Amino acid sequence: MENLIGLLVAAPLLGAAVLLCGGKRLDRAGHWLGTALAAASFVIGVVLFADMLGRDGEERALHSHVFSWIPVEGFQADVAFQLDQLSMTFVLLISGVGTLIHLYSVGYMEHDARRRRFFGYLNLFLAAMLLLVLADNYLLLYAGWEGVGLASYLLIGFWQHKPSAATAAKKAFIVNRVGDMGLSIAIMLMFTTFGTFAFEPVLAGAGETSEGMLTAIGLMLLLAACGKSAQVPLQSWLGDAMEGPTPVSALIHAATMVTAGVYLITRSGAVFNGAPDAQLVVTIVGAVTLIFGAIVGCAKDDIKKALAGSTMSQIGYMVLAAGLGPIGYVFAIMHLVTHGFFKAGLFLGAGSVMHGMNDEVDMRKYGGLRKYMPVTFVTFGLGYLAIIGFPGLSGFWSKDKIIEAAFAKGGTEGWILGGVALLGAAITAYYMTRVMLMTFFGEPRWKRDASGAVAGASPQRPDVEPVAENAADADTAHPATGAAAEPHPHESPKSMTIPMIVLAFGSVFAGGLFSLNSSFVHWLEPVTGHDHGHSPLSAAAVTSATVVVLLTGVALAWAQYGRRPVPVLAPRGSLLTRAARRDLLQDDFNHVALVKPGEYLTRGLVYVDAKAVDGAVNGTAAAFGGLSGRMRKVQNGFVRSYAVSMFGGTAVLIAATLLMRAV
Amino acid sequence: MSHVATVHSLWTISADAPAAILAPDIEYMQLLPVLIVIGAAVVGIMLEAFLPRRARYYAQVMLTLVALAASFAAVVGLAASGHATEKAQIAGMGALAVDGPALFLQGTIALVAIVSVLTFAERRLDPAAHGNRVDSFAAQGAATPGGVAEQQAVKAGFTTTEVFPILLFAVAGMLVFPAANDLLTLFIALEVFSLPLYVLCALARRQRLLSQEAALKYFLLGAFSSAFLLFGVALLYGYAGTVTYGGIAEVVSGDLQRVDPAVAATMGNDALLLIGGALVIMGLLFKVGAVPFHMWTPDVYQGAPTPVTGFMAAATKVAAFGALLRLLYVVLPGLRWDWRPVMWGVVIVTMLVGAIVAVTQTDVKRLLAYSSVAHAGFILAGVIATTPSGISSVLFYLLAYSFVTLGAFAVVTLVRDAGGEATHLSKWVGLGRRSPLVAAVFAVFLLAFAGIPLTSGFAGKFAVFKAAAEGGAGTLVVVGVAASAIAAFFYIRVIVLMFWNEPKPEGPTVAVPSALTSTAIAIGVVVTVVLGVAPQYFLDLAGQAGVFVR
Repeated sequence: MENLIGLLVAAPLLGAAVLLCGGKRLDRAGHWLGTALAAASFVIGVVLFADMLGRDGEERALHSHVFSWIPVEGFQADVAFQLDQLSMTFVLLISGVGTLIHLYSVGYMEHDARRRRFFGYLNLFLAAMLLLVLADNYLLLYAGWEGVGLASYLLIGFWQHKPSAATAAKKAFIVNRVGDMGLSIAIMLMFTTFGTFAFEPVLAGAGETSEGMLTAIGLMLLLAACGKSAQVPLQSWLGDAMEGPTPVSALIHAATMVTAGVYLITRSGAVFNGAPDAQLVVTIVGAVTLIFGAIVGCAKDDIKKALAGSTMSQIGYMVLAAGLGPIGYVFAIMHLVTHGFFKAGLFLGAGSVMHGMNDEVDMRKYGGLRKYMPVTFVTFGLGYLAIIGFPGLSGFWSKDKIIEAAFAKGGTEGWILGGVALLGAAITAYYMTRVMLMTFFGEPRWKRDASGAVAGASPQRPDVEPVAENAADADTAHPATGAAAEPHPHESPKSMTIPMIVLAFGSVFAGGLFSLNSSFVHWLEPVTGHDHGHSPLSAAAVTSATVVVLLTGVALAWAQYGRRPVPVLAPRGSLLTRAARRDLLQDDFNHVALVKPGEYLTRGLVYVDAKAVDGAVNGTAAAFGGLSGRMRKVQNGFVRSYAVSMFGGTAVLIAATLLMRAV
Repeated sequence: MSHVATVHSLWTISADAPAAILAPDIEYMQLLPVLIVIGAAVVGIMLEAFLPRRARYYAQVMLTLVALAASFAAVVGLAASGHATEKAQIAGMGALAVDGPALFLQGTIALVAIVSVLTFAERRLDPAAHGNRVDSFAAQGAATPGGVAEQQAVKAGFTTTEVFPILLFAVAGMLVFPAANDLLTLFIALEVFSLPLYVLCALARRQRLLSQEAALKYFLLGAFSSAFLLFGVALLYGYAGTVTYGGIAEVVSGDLQRVDPAVAATMGNDALLLIGGALVIMGLLFKVGAVPFHMWTPDVYQGAPTPVTGFMAAATKVAAFGALLRLLYVVLPGLRWDWRPVMWGVVIVTMLVGAIVAVTQTDVKRLLAYSSVAHAGFILAGVIATTPSGISSVLFYLLAYSFVTLGAFAVVTLVRDAGGEATHLSKWVGLGRRSPLVAAVFAVFLLAFAGIPLTSGFAGKFAVFKAAAEGGAGTLVVVGVAASAIAAFFYIRVIVLMFWNEPKPEGPTVAVPSALTSTAIAIGVVVTVVLGVAPQYFLDLAGQAGVFVR
């Protein structure tokens, strides 16, 4: 069985190699090859899962040593895998959702000339992500971590002909470098502290290590998690990452890769358990992000960006839970899995809508689509109910548990965190209802009027300041769009709807299944540990509060977007709305705080380089050149001069020798 | 009968008569490397006299190659039977040392000579003259350049096949030079290899006036330096009463037991020792091309036929450094504190002048000449380390450097225009676009000269500088590295010229050589890369060879 673990990674890796190196010959069948290998990985995962269920809780972990990567005295890096319940959960999620999204992409990318390459990158991502969760040491995890970063970069910028996509890819990569730096520093700290970076000795040794060191390691790990999981303050890349094809957003930037930070924190539980300060910072980051992302999600008119804000917020929940320690680890992972289902489903639904709407992403130009896309509507609707935590659906079970756990933290902290989590639930209900209403209900806002232009249809430009957008529309956009065809919304092909349906099942039932007899808690407990904590509120009270805030959020949204028609052009909005449209000024902040000083530093360095360094170098070169020109004049071609030189040289030689003796 | 007995008794009763004439005891087997080469040289002269003109070329090339290969085999045989280590000894009545450094250098010289012969024998590069394939050498050395006799000689298809025996004589002298164990043998070996080189330098087929001028300059300055050296020998004899290295060393160190009354008056006069030592060292520094005795190198390197330049630049350096090593380590170690500061100065000046003046050179051969001056400085830094690792690092450097040099000059013979070799750097512009292989090979040699890792130049320079630093000459290493940086500039500049500039429309062509030059260049590249990638075996070999017999 151990030998199968390597195959989990090897299958998609093989796919990536074949598809990326295979050339045009594979254009016709490449996507099916990629999908088949992803499915193969999933099948192997299921086999290993069945095998794992056959053993008792404590003996479920499997280890597989593949080869010694860097065998040096005092520094042992192995390519070795560890498959325990935590990894198993991720393997099934990654390969399962991954396979569905491969399938979906077959339809979605049908008309793209570079589809084979797209599947190559997707397979590369799967391989790297599986490596990340299967590694049995931090160094190999780091390799996977960088691998998913690379795949993410390649896929965000997949439509590289669009400058916005290329910029977004670079942005994601660069912001992630900051987080990656944290991970590499954490690994170095581990190595100096424990002399190794394998999970087992590090986590076992955490108990006997000073709290200061654990806090340092924990904060560095948190920095890494912030980068990969788009948590404040490294969250700015996720919104732009929506430039990638929608299946990518669904797989990488919703279901799997962005949750790697939660995996990292949960996996390093022993480190954080010994460092309460680091844990506190983790919960703060999670709480801030969950509100931050939710507010951003409320203001966006671009359906994918609204969902991206939601992703940020939901991962905030997971990070918050992970920061709670043993009370929260299990629920962080549980929410991660249910979120993987419903968020992937929501993104695929959004992709399906865009597919039917000429790639329009502005929800203000949707409306009333439920009649035209019934399957999309139902699956998206189930995902919607799941994410807002409608009682009985997946999101309800997992989110409710996190809110409970936040209260169970105890003390003032518990109250604050629990309150924030509740507030987040209300905002989640608000913005998701808004998305639902703007897209599927109300009057269609995409129809042309008699003049052939209208309904304010403009080329998609969701991020432009609304006022500016109006001006631009008035001057230039209208004549141009007059020629654009009116969209003909239609249901997507089977290859796209089937994955959506499957994911909808997950959105509905996964949470309940996990909560049945606390099965998920029992499943993960041997790895992460579990603690009930002491909640000041009863479970029933928390659940009731959750339902109440959820209904409040839904009602507010309905009052704003259900009862009244949605304006096609975004109103100017309050200060907060405008800030939220600009992602709460995160880019502006980064620009002022980081980019500008960086530019000045660069300019200064270039100046120093040009003047001082180059000056010194060129000056030295010129000096030697001049010296050389002078010295070669001695070489005048006359033997007599040469002879004099030899004679003089000899005289000096003798004189110096005698002088040495005299001295 | 009786008068015979009387005579006999006269002999026996004569008190001061020589006791007996002892036949010299010569260890022929141990001198075999030298004897083979000298014998072959004599045979080669005979061939010139008796063989028909047509047959001479092939006979000479074969004879020379076989003789050199046999000489090399003899060296290897001697080394394998332990003569480099535990059986090292003084042979030939005290004239020659057969020990590790001697055998290592003799082997190197034999190999260098073999490769040189390949370039000497090349007959494909120059266009055929009147239907005869010709090499780099004048049709008839004695004919006046541009005169009627020369035209007739060219028309008749003459070639100077004498270059092969001449080369063998030079090699014989070079084999003896680093093994010489007394000052007279040293001087004779010097002349034995110098005189043939003067002749070879004068024999260029193209630009004969330049070639003859170079030869004359070389001869005059060589004679001048020989005179200094000989004077130094005389002074040292006056100081020690003997010319053998061991004997002088004994006097220097004060271990002498018995003083010959004939020379007692001058013996032990330190002025004689210091001046004599300085003069002998100067004679050797002239041969290695150290500043300020280097001025002949650019002129001679440029004027001499390029195969000869390659041979000279490689083999002469090996032989001369070998002799210098032996002199400093065997004869004058007791004077270390006298000669080291002076040599420090020489090393620094040599490295800097070689590197700096090369910066403004515009001719490839002159560039390589100044580069050889700079390299002489680098090697000298290892020489004066006065440690065993100093010896072995110098041995390794010489092996590495000689093959890089041979290869580089062999490439120079390939780049030609209507006037023969196109040695002006402006002609090399864009060579990498036209002839990527040739340019790439030359780039490898230049990188090796510059001491870039994975080439033999780096391994050699590293070994030498390491030895110098261990010998307490940290300052030298700093200056050496600085000089290397300056030198890297002009090596890399040639690479930039070749690869990053557009070729000129009327640029030179690259001649397609026969298997001979190709082999020579290939050997150069292989040795350069192998010594660069896996130097350890050869470093160990040089390390084992690094002990002088006394």
